[in-house]
Amino acid sequence: MLRRASVAAVAALSLAALAAGCGDTKDDKSGKSGGSGDKTLTVFAAASLTETFTRLGKDFEGTHPGLKVRFNFGGSSALAQQITQGAPADVFAAASGTTMKTVADAGDVSGQPTVFAKNRLVIAVPKGDPGKVHALADLAGAKLKVVLCAEQVPCGAAAKQALAAARLTVKPVSQEQDVKAVLTKVRLGEADAGLVYRTDAKAATGQVEGIEFPESAKAINSYPIASLAKAPQSALAKEFVQYVLSQPGKAALSEAGFESP
Amino acid sequence: MTVLRGRRARRGEAADRVRGRPPLVLMLPALVGLVFLVLPLAGLLVRAPWGTVGTRLGQPQVLEALRLSLVSATIATGLCLLFGVPLAWLLARVPFPGVRLVRALVTVPLVLPPVVGGVALLLVLGRRGLVGEWLDRAFGITLPFTTSGVVLAETFVAMPFLVISVEGALRAADTRFEEAAATLGAGRWTVFRRVTLPMAAPGVLAGAVLCWSRALGEFGATITFAGNFPGRTQTMPLAVYLALETDPQAAIVLSLVLLAVSVAVLVALRDRWTGAA
Repeated sequence: MLRRASVAAVAALSLAALAAGCGDTKDDKSGKSGGSGDKTLTVFAAASLTETFTRLGKDFEGTHPGLKVRFNFGGSSALAQQITQGAPADVFAAASGTTMKTVADAGDVSGQPTVFAKNRLVIAVPKGDPGKVHALADLAGAKLKVVLCAEQVPCGAAAKQALAAARLTVKPVSQEQDVKAVLTKVRLGEADAGLVYRTDAKAATGQVEGIEFPESAKAINSYPIASLAKAPQSALAKEFVQYVLSQPGKAALSEAGFESP
Repeated sequence: MTVLRGRRARRGEAADRVRGRPPLVLMLPALVGLVFLVLPLAGLLVRAPWGTVGTRLGQPQVLEALRLSLVSATIATGLCLLFGVPLAWLLARVPFPGVRLVRALVTVPLVLPPVVGGVALLLVLGRRGLVGEWLDRAFGITLPFTTSGVVLAETFVAMPFLVISVEGALRAADTRFEEAAATLGAGRWTVFRRVTLPMAAPGVLAGAVLCWSRALGEFGATITFAGNFPGRTQTMPLAVYLALETDPQAAIVLSLVLLAVSVAVLVALRDRWTGAA
């Protein structure tokens, strides 16, 4: 009897474990509709928007009692993949037009994406500028250790574009996986210079110095935002998009160093 | 030897008696575990773009990354053996105050997120690091952004696997053989070389295999400490990650290559060793 009971217990446990593992997304959905008045808005946003959007989310919650805004920050292309693979999201804010296009092409966007901010590259150098970098042309110096984003990620594509516009050949010691990794290498002094977004350099003020350069005008990154076709909270999603595009949204973005479109 | 063989035979008989129908209470979770581990692999195989595998593999960058991965993981395993086996012996055989603390410290890289490990390595061995600054000034050696940096990052992350495995084997081994050798006049080094190490050989092998596999798949510490540059520091996991950004199909192909090569090497090794035993 005891043996049979333990078999049943293990079977039940295993099934429960499997169900818990597989049913994650379903649980999320039922959790949303099941609450009485409590709603959750899920926003997928590019990592560079972390500080600004967290703040905007808090403000949005303030004007919508009972609403919880949940963020998933990450690399835009990874987020785009998650959305096209069916992750339950209401709003997508990407750091590049191409990543938004993959989502739109898959038929997952409701309406037209709107560009809400722009970001340009600056040269980030460690505090005190040990490599004596003043302009983009200095990066081509043979002795300088330069890190760039890999061409596959948006900041790398922008860097390539800016360098091509300036007709410069820069040999980086590393092609990093994202802009924060470039910033880390510069911050620790491993690299003498790197190309990062103005907002990243601004967020690391005191540890790195940002140097503006005119060629950055040739490689400006656009940030599009859209509510999603399969949004569990489609009305709120549209409202959040409008909020980001509104005056308070613009103010928060420009404070972080973004340019208005 | 006869003693050992007799013991092994007796253990075999005991195992026969324990055999019979495997109890469901063990089989069910075992099967769930197996399915859980194997299913993602099946997912990769099902989604792989088989039609274009050939052309994708022909790209020089892929072969370069694969070669770099195999070479650096193998050197890292060599370093782990060179330093890890003596360290495991120290922990298992030499009682000293604070041995528990040291044992816990050895396993730190296991619990540390690899990216944090990479940052820690930068803080110590980087150009402005505690040791790195001196290395740079005295010898002109800088480790970040070099293949040596890749090897170091992999060694850091993989060594605990070897140490734990070897230490376990040493603790499980019967110390009476070592004592017998010592009473017959063998010095400590001779005892280690002729008695301890051969007895712990299966544990050392298992540890080395774990260590190599971990080093081969290493991503976080490598990209943080050594960066990513094709041919110099871009190993397969790094190539897979970046391929995922633009071309998920290519990422699947790269993962399968890494998987196939590592499984082939592990199977070949296992056959060689069990054949010899």
